[in-house]
Amino acid sequence: MKNGDSVIDVHGMTKRFGDRTVVDRVDLDVRAGEIFGFLGPNGSGKTTFLRMLCGLLRADEGSGTCLGHDVINESEAIKREVGYMTQRFSFWEDLSIEENLDFVARMYDVKARRQAVRESLDHLGLAQRRGQLAGQLSGGWKQRLALAACLLHKPRLLLLDEPTAGVDPKARRDFWNEIHHLAGEGLTVLVTTHYMDEAERCHRLAYISRGKLLTHGRVTEVIAHERLTTWAVTGPDLPDLTQKLRKRPGVEQTVAFGNSLHVSGSDAAALEKAIAPFRTDQYEWHQVDSGLEDVFIHLMDGADENSSP
Amino acid sequence: MKKWRGFSIKRFRAILVKEFTQMRRDRLTFAMMLGIPLIQLTLFGYAINSDPRHLPAAVLLADQGPQGRTLLYAMRNSTYFDFVRQVQTEKEGHDLLARGQVQFVINIPQDFSRDFVRGDRPAILVEADATDPAATGNALGSLSNLFNSALQNDLKGPLESLAANTGPIDLRVHALYNPEVVTQYNIVPGLMGVILTMTMIMITGLAITRERERGTMENLLSMPTRPSEVLIGKIVPYILVGYIQVSVILIAAYFLFHVPMQGSILLLMIVALVFIAANLAMGITFSTIAKNQLQAMQMTFFVFLPSILLSGFMFPFRGMPYWAQLVGEIFPLTHFLRIVRGILLKGNTLDDVVRQLWQIALFALVALTIGIKRYRQTLD
Repeated sequence: MKNGDSVIDVHGMTKRFGDRTVVDRVDLDVRAGEIFGFLGPNGSGKTTFLRMLCGLLRADEGSGTCLGHDVINESEAIKREVGYMTQRFSFWEDLSIEENLDFVARMYDVKARRQAVRESLDHLGLAQRRGQLAGQLSGGWKQRLALAACLLHKPRLLLLDEPTAGVDPKARRDFWNEIHHLAGEGLTVLVTTHYMDEAERCHRLAYISRGKLLTHGRVTEVIAHERLTTWAVTGPDLPDLTQKLRKRPGVEQTVAFGNSLHVSGSDAAALEKAIAPFRTDQYEWHQVDSGLEDVFIHLMDGADENSSP
Repeated sequence: MKKWRGFSIKRFRAILVKEFTQMRRDRLTFAMMLGIPLIQLTLFGYAINSDPRHLPAAVLLADQGPQGRTLLYAMRNSTYFDFVRQVQTEKEGHDLLARGQVQFVINIPQDFSRDFVRGDRPAILVEADATDPAATGNALGSLSNLFNSALQNDLKGPLESLAANTGPIDLRVHALYNPEVVTQYNIVPGLMGVILTMTMIMITGLAITRERERGTMENLLSMPTRPSEVLIGKIVPYILVGYIQVSVILIAAYFLFHVPMQGSILLLMIVALVFIAANLAMGITFSTIAKNQLQAMQMTFFVFLPSILLSGFMFPFRGMPYWAQLVGEIFPLTHFLRIVRGILLKGNTLDDVVRQLWQIALFALVALTIGIKRYRQTLD
């Protein structure tokens, strides 16, 4: 599979639990060698979508292919070539590190199993602690073990469900370096996350809210697509200013960033009019490029308004 | 009293409401709390009868005279005995006893009536399957009085003098397989079945639910594997555990309780394999149905309780009404108890036990099939 070929190409993927539609007609196209970020708030359907891709949940509607196999009917074949890292650590805490890896290698019928496990342990840097129970590992090490276990059978597609939740910044950075390294070798990665800095490290991303795909593309495309104008303001008593600004037409969102406040709106002229009364000596205003975070919060609010009665 | 002053009715109420809400949500527990007393009442109240009647008996009647028949009628009228077979030879009678098809063989010898009239105190032989002393105790105890009163009518007139003797007939009772009527001989082999039932169902009952609760199920399901691989892979290790239990119980039975071991231990081991597999299969099936480990435990007890009550372990199987016997026939424990007592106490061979054995095997197969069908390959 060459870079640029479709690894995931699905249409209209839908999942309902009872009368609740958790994933609603999602189309997605992920290409080989790509790190694709899947963003969205909690409960937006990210995990459900990943589970449908790897056959853990049966889609109610939808069609397409994953790694060239039919996404609905050929989940056996898909499972063999996919590495799926669950959100919650799901390896056996009462097995040692080595025993976990060995079990996974056996389940996938990995060739030269012992050697593969040994290499994996060396690569992890856990060769010395191979006998330690997985349950005793810290969060960061558990995550590394999970990743190593997912890679043992040399999958062509890696599905990572919030892989860095609860992991310290350094471990997160190492993790992402590893992911980029793997993508460089041709592995395709679909990763869900909440973190904006992680989203910006993806080649392309999609934003999902309440089961619906709201936008997708490169980071710059996603930002440009929303046509959001953002002003940053610094000065005294920003909470009070926030209250006043929110009442003005044209101000669609205000987000506090430390000592400054981001004020955004999709109509640049209306926004400028709205903030005009407050452009006094007291406050320092300047227009900034809308960031991914501004855009996503805007998207999320928009989705809420559309769905509220 | 300080603690009392700190007691908050509001907090107490909060907890009360929470507990009731949770109780209502947990339907299974609720059903168990209603179901267990109902089942126990039905079982203890109706099914369990420590004075079993209508016990199947065979008769070897070599005498055509009236007194022999009088005694048989009297036995039948006592409702302790149901004559289900007439046999021609002693061996035929013994085979029926060994297989548990009859509880008694009544042997009325040739010239019984003649000897009776002559005042020779003829012998009547009652052979009883005493593996479970509770099942035969009352029936045998009633015999002596029963016979004496039955023969009262015949002891009028010319035969009146016979009544004054020590008794007009010589009643001989052979308590086969357990001549000293030691209760342990019955209980200890039975315990083997009970312990295996309890532990084997429970241990596999937890197998799948534990994976689900710990979140490892998601991982397992994302791997390319078949339900049969997972389920059978989880059953087999516990067969070994079951064998260790069987060995420990057998050793204890032999050295501590001096239970006789008439039959082949090898045969017992083979039978135990089928029985252990049946219980493990049942456990794994519960595991696929239960939502969590607690429910799996509850299901285990749901089966365990009727198993010990209806299998003939605690109370004589033949003392139960017909419907209860039918229910009892379903449980593997019922059949295993017959087999293990048969092999240890009666020296049963494969031929004798095969009829019970295939019923256990069938149960295992059905349970495992349901388990494999129920095992979901997705998280739906």
